[in-house]
Amino acid sequence: MRRWRGIIVPLVVLLVAEITFRATVTMSDSLAPPSRAVGALLGALADGTLLANTARTLAGMLGGLAIGGIAGLAAGIAIGFSETLRRASFLTIELLRPIPSVALLPLSLLIFGFGYSMEIAVVAFATFWPALILTQNAVAQIEPRLIEVARLMGLSRLETAWKIVLPAAAPRLMTALRLAAGLALVVAVTAEIVSNPQGLGHDLMIAQETLRPERMFGVLLWVGLFGWGKNAALLRLERWMFSHRGEVDTSVAA
Amino acid sequence: MPDSKTAFSFEGVHLELGGRPILQDINFAVKRGEFACVIGASGCGKTTLLRLLAGLVKPTSGSVRLGDQTVTAPSREVAVVFQDYSRALLPWRTATGNVSLALEAIGVPPAERADRIAPLLAKVGLTDHAEKYPSQLSGGMQQRLQIARSLAQDPSVLLMDEPFGALDAMTRQSLQDEVLRIASERHATVLFVTHDLEEALYLGDRVIALYSNPGRVARMVDIPLPRPRDQLATREHPEFLRLRRELFTVMEEIHA
Repeated sequence: MRRWRGIIVPLVVLLVAEITFRATVTMSDSLAPPSRAVGALLGALADGTLLANTARTLAGMLGGLAIGGIAGLAAGIAIGFSETLRRASFLTIELLRPIPSVALLPLSLLIFGFGYSMEIAVVAFATFWPALILTQNAVAQIEPRLIEVARLMGLSRLETAWKIVLPAAAPRLMTALRLAAGLALVVAVTAEIVSNPQGLGHDLMIAQETLRPERMFGVLLWVGLFGWGKNAALLRLERWMFSHRGEVDTSVAA
Repeated sequence: MPDSKTAFSFEGVHLELGGRPILQDINFAVKRGEFACVIGASGCGKTTLLRLLAGLVKPTSGSVRLGDQTVTAPSREVAVVFQDYSRALLPWRTATGNVSLALEAIGVPPAERADRIAPLLAKVGLTDHAEKYPSQLSGGMQQRLQIARSLAQDPSVLLMDEPFGALDAMTRQSLQDEVLRIASERHATVLFVTHDLEEALYLGDRVIALYSNPGRVARMVDIPLPRPRDQLATREHPEFLRLRRELFTVMEEIHA
């Protein structure tokens, strides 16, 4: 019973919205009661359009996350270990990082045109920075004693990276992945709303342009469920990977 | 002074860190198979002494020698057991995996590792806990695991940095006896750092007391107590009590 307690508040909110809507509004081009939104959601799921759009958004999101995440991870490890690299890259990072990723949408559209490439490029840019910063941070927080143990045993640099650094940083890297995945979803949907005519963001724009608020609310509900499901899956993965260490940081939700 | 029987020696060692003298004029040699204990107040440089011998720190002047070689970097001949076992063990590896790390480092083929790990874990009484992670082991067991790991690289010199400082009295005593047994079985040379005078007397063939600021040798005393040592008989031995009294005065001087 206890684990279902969290559902009470959303249910009450939906119920109040439903009652208020039915009591006050008769016709609307901008709002829809929860019942019709759920109906539209089920309809969109049944006819396959929503799932197809979800797959496109997921592809843009994962493609960008893979590129941005792996590049950020590699750069973060390199910078985390080399004072020279850190000094050399500091200013560049601090100048590029504050650029809002969505500000690059026009440029990305100009370079790649419509389609996956422009969306993936912007998601990759957006996720690269948190991946870089959090990896650097994870490397910096590795227990120095472990590095000393590696030195004493005579492990090579590569062995130390593979056997000590990566596993030691893994819990923090998973947290970074969770944060970056949340950001990737936001940026992917934004790209689709602003310029890329595909995926869930575009679905929302069509609903707006064709004056179908119920579809809009239905898709919004779906995006919320999608984000929640993604986060829950990553958290489960994290717990499963690191349960014996007692090191999972669940305080950071994405 | 050093000859073929010398396991390691400090020869005129000075060490400064950030312009501050940490160790001054350290001169002593430890014979093969000898159990040497270093005592002193915290911050007197006794851990630094151990880190010099491990090759983690280089002396400002003088030399640290291991056998007939000058120590310049960590060597597989020397293994270290740290006080903070929970930080020195790999939390993502089981007991077996942690011992395996030392074997991987010296290039033991995977097929041979299991046969070498089992006897090491048995030696420290962890056979039944081989597949547990460090977080599932008590402090005493984690320290036993660290000892097993240090033995895996088959060192000729074992350095122990206040290894039992964080353990309760009973666990500490049983580990003292285990270390004595292991050291005598392997004829290992041990440099054991502690701030506990009685522990030093109980374990050592020799006790080296250090002054603080900077660390200097205050007194070097041979401990001619019979072996094997026994928690009751040794600690009640008249010679033990006499040495304890003698060194207690030195310790008071050190802490003053």
